[in-house]
Amino acid sequence: MIESIESKNNIPLPEGAINKKTYTMNLGPTHPATHGVFQNILELDGERIVSAVPTVGYIHRAFEKLAEHRPFYQITTLTDRLNYCSSPINNMGWHMTVEKLAKIELPKRVEYMRVIVMELARIADHLVCNSVIGVDTGALTGFVYVFEFRELIYEIFEEICGSRLTTNMGRIGGFERNFPDAAWNKLDNFIKIFPKAMKEFETLLTRNKIFMDRTIGAGAISAERAINYGFTGPNLRATGVDYDIRASHPYSSYEDFDFEIPVGATGDTYDRYLVRNAEIWQSLSIIEQAIEKIAPLDPTIFHADVPDFYLPEKEDVYKSMEALIYHFKIVMGETEIPTGEVYHSVEGGNGELGFYLISDGGRTPYRLHFRRPCFIYYQAFPEMIQGAMLSDAVVTMSSLNLIAGELDA
Amino acid sequence: MTNDFIIEKLKAEFGEEVYNFVELYDILTFNADKELNLKILTFLKETPDLSFTFLNDLTAIHYPDSVGKELCVTYLLQNLQTRKRVRLKVYTEIKEPDVYTASALFSTANWLEREAYDFFGVNFVGHENLIRIMNVDEMDYFPLRKEFPLEDQTRIDKDDEMFGR
Repeated sequence: MIESIESKNNIPLPEGAINKKTYTMNLGPTHPATHGVFQNILELDGERIVSAVPTVGYIHRAFEKLAEHRPFYQITTLTDRLNYCSSPINNMGWHMTVEKLAKIELPKRVEYMRVIVMELARIADHLVCNSVIGVDTGALTGFVYVFEFRELIYEIFEEICGSRLTTNMGRIGGFERNFPDAAWNKLDNFIKIFPKAMKEFETLLTRNKIFMDRTIGAGAISAERAINYGFTGPNLRATGVDYDIRASHPYSSYEDFDFEIPVGATGDTYDRYLVRNAEIWQSLSIIEQAIEKIAPLDPTIFHADVPDFYLPEKEDVYKSMEALIYHFKIVMGETEIPTGEVYHSVEGGNGELGFYLISDGGRTPYRLHFRRPCFIYYQAFPEMIQGAMLSDAVVTMSSLNLIAGELDA
Repeated sequence: MTNDFIIEKLKAEFGEEVYNFVELYDILTFNADKELNLKILTFLKETPDLSFTFLNDLTAIHYPDSVGKELCVTYLLQNLQTRKRVRLKVYTEIKEPDVYTASALFSTANWLEREAYDFFGVNFVGHENLIRIMNVDEMDYFPLRKEFPLEDQTRIDKDDEMFGR
């Protein structure tokens, strides 16, 4: 877990420098500026970073091992705890992986409902990340302001599934229940009042001189390096590469929607911020389109007709023999799942969240690997902050949208 | 870019050394000998018609029952223009789990290989910093191998003053 750093410590500085040697500083694991359990051992020459060694694994919870011991429908709760700023995306990604393996086709209405919750989660995720960049540059107002709207999103989740942060939303084959009227009303309300607040948030930061001075050029990375480092999501798009899973490998009927993929140019903190803001507007437009598309569809459909995977109504379990059998088989994890291996990826809040699932036909996955975007791109952090000021490192870190839960799995 | 085109290109370069071409849920998957992994990855990355420049994912799998091929290291590559994905699998025995590192070719592979080493004990030859990444350094086993069970939930010998259950 700890990197070997002995040789890199206290590097002698050239003659005439103010300090004789660089000094070592721990940024994290618990530091208010890191927003999570991240440790970076920095070598500093004055306030300039000579080298950085990130250490990960402080909150490792062995999800991949646990997943090998759980029936398929119980793994959703593990995915919640990856990127907990946008857990519905992880939940849906997992359901879709199993559906892909079992070749389950979903009704359009369910797919559009999924699109709505995933885009809401993306807005919440981006709001947190962008407002936290504001906090790290000294602007607390925006953070406190947009949290009111993240709260509105969480209230919608609460109406849909009963929980807010770790949602455990949906089931294999659809949703556990139909969206109640309260959820639709709250969604309408959110769409009505959020654009005004988002505009205000942008007015607060986007052309703010202090914010621009702090973020432009901080933590820049070229497109070539970003691709080599496996960047995905807004961080890759900020470098100018238009790679978005929603468009390149469409899932959940994203091909039915009309949206743009915003890209940046320089790949610095400011571009990442701009890309995320632009994506929030795209997400809003996708949600509006989804609501329009859902309107003419049968409002009673909220899951696919797959009795093998989808729990029957509790009432039916008491009345019908078949429902009882299916209920028993699903709860005991004895559903028949095909053998095979499948890779499914979704566009998570911070990049390509992939599920590599190998099934041997048993009640649990034979192997489940999560491709966690921030684990992969966090490797580039030392390169991105080398030669920068300590305060730039903090801003770069928050603009990368690192989530400790996802990093450490 | 079709699967046939990729297969043809690979066959032309490596002949019978690449085999078991199969399409698994839209992803062309094939096997190769572990000695060839770097050559194949370089070929896939640097041939202009293929240019699989993006390493999506790298992980290991443990098959305790297939003797001599217990550990599988799998690479998922993607061409960012055509969005085509291919998966390469190499197998190694568990006694000498040596596989050449891809970390010089793709920086992505650095931590992913450390993770595969940490959990499966795959020894990535040539990796500059092959140490545990998630688990503690003192750990003397590889926890994602199949022979390691989850902790017995009923055990009583554990001091649970700090982490009571």
